[in-house]
Amino acid sequence: MKRKHKRLTFVLIALLLLGAATALVLSAFEESIVFFHSPSDIVSKKVPLDRRLRLGGLVEKGSVVKKANAVVTFRITDTANAIPVTYTGILPDLFREGQGVVTEGRMVGNEFKAEEVLAKHDEKYMPPEVADAIKKAGQWKGGQQK
Amino acid sequence: MIAEAGHFALTLALFVAVVQSSVPLIGAERRDSLWMSVAQPAAILQFLLITFAFACLTIAFVTSDFSLTTVVRNSHTAKPLIYKISGVWGNHEGSMLLWVLILSLFGALVAMFGNNLPPGLRARALAVQAMVAVGFYLFMLLTSNPFERIIPPPANGQDLNPLLQDFGLAVHPPMLYLGYVGFSMAFSFAIAALIEGRVDAAWARWVRPWTLLAWCFLTGGIALGSWWAYYELGWGGFWFWDPVENASFMPWLAGTALLHSSIVVEKRDALKGWTVFLAIVTFSLSLLGTFLVRSGVLTSVHAFATDPSRGVFILALLVIVTGGSLILFAWRGPGLKSDVLFQPISREGGLLFNNLVMTTAAATVLLGTLYPLMLEAMGGGKVSVGAPFFNATFVPLMLPMLVAMAAGPMLTWKRSDLKPVLNRLWFAFFAAALMAIVAWWLQGGAVYGLIGAAIAAWLFAGTMVQLAERIHLFRVPWRESLRRLGRMPRAAWGMTIAHAGLAITIAGVTGAGVWKIESIQTLSPGQSATVAGYEYVFQGVKKVDGPNYRADRATFQVKKDGKDIVTLSPEKRLYVVQNQPTTEAAIYPTLWGDLYAVIGDPEGTNGAYVTRLYFNPLVLWMWIGVMLMVLGGAFSLSDRRYRVGAPTRTSRPVEGAAAAQ
Repeated sequence: MKRKHKRLTFVLIALLLLGAATALVLSAFEESIVFFHSPSDIVSKKVPLDRRLRLGGLVEKGSVVKKANAVVTFRITDTANAIPVTYTGILPDLFREGQGVVTEGRMVGNEFKAEEVLAKHDEKYMPPEVADAIKKAGQWKGGQQK
Repeated sequence: MIAEAGHFALTLALFVAVVQSSVPLIGAERRDSLWMSVAQPAAILQFLLITFAFACLTIAFVTSDFSLTTVVRNSHTAKPLIYKISGVWGNHEGSMLLWVLILSLFGALVAMFGNNLPPGLRARALAVQAMVAVGFYLFMLLTSNPFERIIPPPANGQDLNPLLQDFGLAVHPPMLYLGYVGFSMAFSFAIAALIEGRVDAAWARWVRPWTLLAWCFLTGGIALGSWWAYYELGWGGFWFWDPVENASFMPWLAGTALLHSSIVVEKRDALKGWTVFLAIVTFSLSLLGTFLVRSGVLTSVHAFATDPSRGVFILALLVIVTGGSLILFAWRGPGLKSDVLFQPISREGGLLFNNLVMTTAAATVLLGTLYPLMLEAMGGGKVSVGAPFFNATFVPLMLPMLVAMAAGPMLTWKRSDLKPVLNRLWFAFFAAALMAIVAWWLQGGAVYGLIGAAIAAWLFAGTMVQLAERIHLFRVPWRESLRRLGRMPRAAWGMTIAHAGLAITIAGVTGAGVWKIESIQTLSPGQSATVAGYEYVFQGVKKVDGPNYRADRATFQVKKDGKDIVTLSPEKRLYVVQNQPTTEAAIYPTLWGDLYAVIGDPEGTNGAYVTRLYFNPLVLWMWIGVMLMVLGGAFSLSDRRYRVGAPTRTSRPVEGAAAAQ
């Protein structure tokens, strides 16, 4: 093999790897990226509802109902609209009524089936997505966030 | 008073660093040994000053000096002493102080133990190291001063986030930082070499130990963080592809590539430009990690404070360091070309293949981590890129490298033949096929599980075959083999141990990731649930009090085939000061899997609780595997050719070789 060819081999391997990576990334983006939506986005039906998505907002006060077999239902609100949510499992430690929450799952009919309720690490913490969603709904009161 | 002294020391360190970043550089340019010799005392002085500042902050935390803002925000008189101390770095300001402490430590180490370095290279490397330090001192003094006073001082503090009050998290940041910041040494040497325009085998021998050291710490630090997430977050998982985890994983990937490419520079004097480039990339990714974690652009337990001015500052620092060094590389890098040739199928070829895969994988992780930020910055909506993305991209990309990894170490330098190597690997083929069948028989046909089991077996067996080849096992009398084993260089031991460790880690990750069994149910006292053949009898919940928390402690009697195995006591704690609940999982590790129990909220009034029980197969293997990888690194580090006095660059090779002995 000539010197040029040797270098060419590695360039080809590198290109092959990059090509494989690009193909993998593109197909994974197609399937596994999850968009964040507020309750108002979903009510207005401007967003595709047939895929996995994140729904965030405040846990509506008085909406949390704990049923048998670790099933919980509650409503997520951005103060303008609210969506009912069902979840099976242990809620994160910082899940409280009136506080920010982000859930991941799918819309089934008019109900959101959450597969994950995201644990947040600080009591004072408001997920920025949630803060934005409430701002958009025009109900933001300063001071809710640290 | 102590706080003012610490603040003063920090400011003084900035000035020392300014001197250290300029005078030796000019001296090296002019070949003025007096100016160059400023570097070592300056580096040591910097380290002493920062150690002093760090001690001041530690005293403030231990004595609960609530006139300091940092102490008020992150400490409390009722906190146990160990967490008062770990609280020093359990916050933004303190952790940056730890960052510069380690940065100056590495500088001081080079100053003290680098006597065999050529004076020019040492002066330049220390100057570059000081430039990085200047950036971080300015960052601290201007935006995150740990010694800031609060007036009037409150009576007590706000306590440390309870999730951080934990032994794993007391050790995790220092380990991780030793890794992150350790790569600054490789970076400084790379920049110094670019300025000098010279990279050779001796250069690689100086850089490799620092890279190895940093790599060992980073590996350990990542594993500790993962271990912490496993037992503290109570979700039974160990790796979430969270942006913050990725932030530490990207420098690890690049650093691992650097570790391997520097071997080629050392042994064959090839891949020089590429190695310098990798050193720049590795440290840049470390800085990027610091930026992602500290700027608050990402939300996680690590983002202590969200202050935009800090983010902008670190971003600027990142752009200057990375941009500046890449421009320097573009200008000087082409001069580093080597005339050494090698065939694609050769040891060098194998190591280069490792490098290509590692960097491609790192780029993929980078893309996945930054994509949400980029999309949002361009107004494209809010997205999250989670585990499914990384599992679908990173894992398949790594597979070819893991396959090649068994064969690579058996290839010879320069030119090699694949056929005899593959012939010798028949045992590994057999082991891989056998393990895949065993996995299929035990766990069913989850594709990732089968692949993981096969790859782990292939790599482990392949590494053992390579070891057997090395000592001529079964080809010479076993006494001779033993003698060869005893005389194997430490670096070869290091490679064997680390590669075997990776194989065991892969087995563990496969087990815990693919074959996990999870069961959620409500249990009343006396009821039981069975998970993976283990019967958990729920015996109710008692209230207990800790030093700064109240807890509900559940008791599970775990039985298998009617025999008592262990009593598990998971807790739900409420940390009083921050009014924050935490979940404490109860874990019983066994060789074949961890029993893992967590309790949730009470249900009804008869003492029933929501319970979550897991069987996490092979988790222990993961931790053992990672420990072996670190051990392998340590072995390699202790190789005689890196011991103090070993690497000597000289124009008279004969004498140099004699001196090295």
